[in-house]
Amino acid sequence: MIDKQVANAEAAVADIQDGASVMIGGFGTAGMPDELIDALITRGVGDLTIINNNAGNGETGVAALIKAGRVRRIVCSFPRQSDSHHFDAAYRAGQLELELVPQGNLAARIQAAGAGLGAIFTPTGYGTLLAQGKETREIDGRRHVLEYPIHADFALIKAHRADRWGNLVYRKTARNFGPIMAMAARTTIAQVGEVVALGDLDPEAVVTPGIFVQHVVAIAGVATLAAAAA
Amino acid sequence: MNRLNRDQMAARVARDIPEGAYVNLGIGLPTKVANYLDTGRDIFLQSENGLLGMGPAPAPGEEDWELINAGKQAVTLLSGGCFFHHADSFAMMRGGHLDICVLGAFQVSIHGDLANWHTGEPGAIPAVGGAMDLAIGAKQTFVMMELLTRQGKSKLVEACTYPLTGLGCVSRIYTDLAVFDVGLKGARVIETVDGVSIDELERLTGVPLRASAPA
Repeated sequence: MIDKQVANAEAAVADIQDGASVMIGGFGTAGMPDELIDALITRGVGDLTIINNNAGNGETGVAALIKAGRVRRIVCSFPRQSDSHHFDAAYRAGQLELELVPQGNLAARIQAAGAGLGAIFTPTGYGTLLAQGKETREIDGRRHVLEYPIHADFALIKAHRADRWGNLVYRKTARNFGPIMAMAARTTIAQVGEVVALGDLDPEAVVTPGIFVQHVVAIAGVATLAAAAA
Repeated sequence: MNRLNRDQMAARVARDIPEGAYVNLGIGLPTKVANYLDTGRDIFLQSENGLLGMGPAPAPGEEDWELINAGKQAVTLLSGGCFFHHADSFAMMRGGHLDICVLGAFQVSIHGDLANWHTGEPGAIPAVGGAMDLAIGAKQTFVMMELLTRQGKSKLVEACTYPLTGLGCVSRIYTDLAVFDVGLKGARVIETVDGVSIDELERLTGVPLRASAPA
């Protein structure tokens, strides 16, 4: 019997080592797997490359990881926000490296990794600072920039429900990067509000098929929160 | 001189959004346009964090922080609205499926080049988000901005001096003093606020402006 569920967040992140590249789902705090990140901080690994849309909001999630000094490099589209003070301080102190990527290119490069593509040509960013030094090509009269896939050792994502085979459904705009990060990482760890029996997820409505998910952990409170908010 | 305030500018943009349009309203000033769309018509608002059919803000106390817009504000979903992941969301833009995108700007050139993501100042931390994808992706990209900076400098320029967001991507600019079309042939005044002349606009902007051909 295959059961991808692990006992707790600490067990879920136990294989993550120093220097790992880690995709983290979430757009701002929606879909941010806070408990998995807390477990990663507790585990004590550092020198991490983090791929996320933002660079932390407030005191939790990616912000807490940066505050703890565990991030060497961050790949994201929108680091500077009103509540990104931990990133701002670390960046200005030269403690972390930033690769800024237009949001759609970030999504496309993550998707390309998951789909096994060698690279993509994208019109986004052509003629701007973010395309400087990159190969370009005119295709059908439109100018494109060559961009490479973004792979990662791990993806930490948050979904609404899972079954023991790792099939996932999400909740509202907390879905965001979860489905494509699950495809792009070698090992995907999903924290979910609830693990249900096989067959209880409508197969027509499964968003992430279990083949893309290696570990599932139920985090008490997430489902309750979601249910209360629904 | 007469000027439109920000709400009047939003109402003016809203008038040009037809029923059935798929529309993305950028963070900041363009968000106001939603307040002036006719609720009796079906207009599909997209938010790049993964929803189509975005509704107004919820009543205080009803916020669901897993239902937010690109500005990370709590929103609602209209009946018939739906959710999707980020790659699908940006395929809607880059793939040319979105009809209209309305963005704010630091500068727009008379040829439709846009600068709206980075001042390029030393020490400024850059953040681009979806601006570059939105600018080049939608079938039509509108800009909504005050024509002049607080210091009185024109934001409609011959060539952008701030770092670019996209080349030749803007087709129309809605400002507090006039509406312009921009493109390969330069800038053209479509309409002006009462009492503002083309000569006055040329003096304020320092760029050549051809008047709209009579209808």
